[in-house]
Amino acid sequence: MNRTLSVLALAATVSLASGAAMADDDYGTSRRGPDVAPVKHALYRDECGSCHFAYQPGLLPAQSWRKLMGSLEDHFGENAELDEATRQELLDLLVANAAENSETRRSAKILRSVGKESPMRITEVPYIRRKHDEIPARLIRGNPDVRSLSNCAACHTRADSGSFAEREIDIPGIGRWDD
Amino acid sequence: MSRTLSFITAGLMVFAVGPVVAADVVDDRLAAYQAEGAGPFDAARGEAMWTRNFTHPKADKPRSCASCHTDNLKSSGKHARTGKAIDPMAPSVNAERLTEVKKIEKWFVRNCKWTMGRECTAQEKGDFLSYLRLQ
Repeated sequence: MNRTLSVLALAATVSLASGAAMADDDYGTSRRGPDVAPVKHALYRDECGSCHFAYQPGLLPAQSWRKLMGSLEDHFGENAELDEATRQELLDLLVANAAENSETRRSAKILRSVGKESPMRITEVPYIRRKHDEIPARLIRGNPDVRSLSNCAACHTRADSGSFAEREIDIPGIGRWDD
Repeated sequence: MSRTLSFITAGLMVFAVGPVVAADVVDDRLAAYQAEGAGPFDAARGEAMWTRNFTHPKADKPRSCASCHTDNLKSSGKHARTGKAIDPMAPSVNAERLTEVKKIEKWFVRNCKWTMGRECTAQEKGDFLSYLRLQ
């Protein structure tokens, strides 16, 4: 029963996400669709999003998500344990929408840049690093309102809807960023 | 007459149901901890635990509940690692608190381990809920 239910839930999520990509509504973004598919799954947003930005599954390849979800008791030094049913449901969601299973342009770039690797951190993805390497540390690590490159939504004002366009950047205390 | 009366009755019932349901979740937890051999519970011990500093084997500085939630349960907290805002813990200002068994137990597991490096005992959880429900 549970399995059937989660397959159904997954199918619904995937169709919702692709719907948003095409519709150019308030949750999608440009004519080309969002940079990565937004994640609306309530359980995911609640479980993963209560401590940090609810990173979209399309930001990492499936194997990275498998590793992450297999070590939640030591989640970068924090305890993020879940009961097994919840863990499995979220893992299924992550894998089904991981970079290789997503058709958005940034997911494609992320996937190409990692090659055969499966980094544990989105901030270790070569494409993501490259996109941020010109930004001085004082604007990120040294900025009390940002603190870390992992804090996407601190500067990317529409990160939650899967949009990371340069024109939407607003660095706290600094403002717009043009490179 | 009877129409007015039933409105009033319905109104009273709605009024009564809210707090009673919320209290039941905590009462059920306390009963479950008692079944594990814990009790009686003491809100004052729970309060002391809230601000007590623990030395976690893997942490470089002492940790407490207040590390993330601040020492004022009625104000918002901030995740010690990510900086993400945490809604207030006190049920008097945040009606969602202490309403879901699953959430209560999930956060006990995670946060007791983060703070002290071990799970809380049934006694500690009971003391703590006894304190928190009054806030």
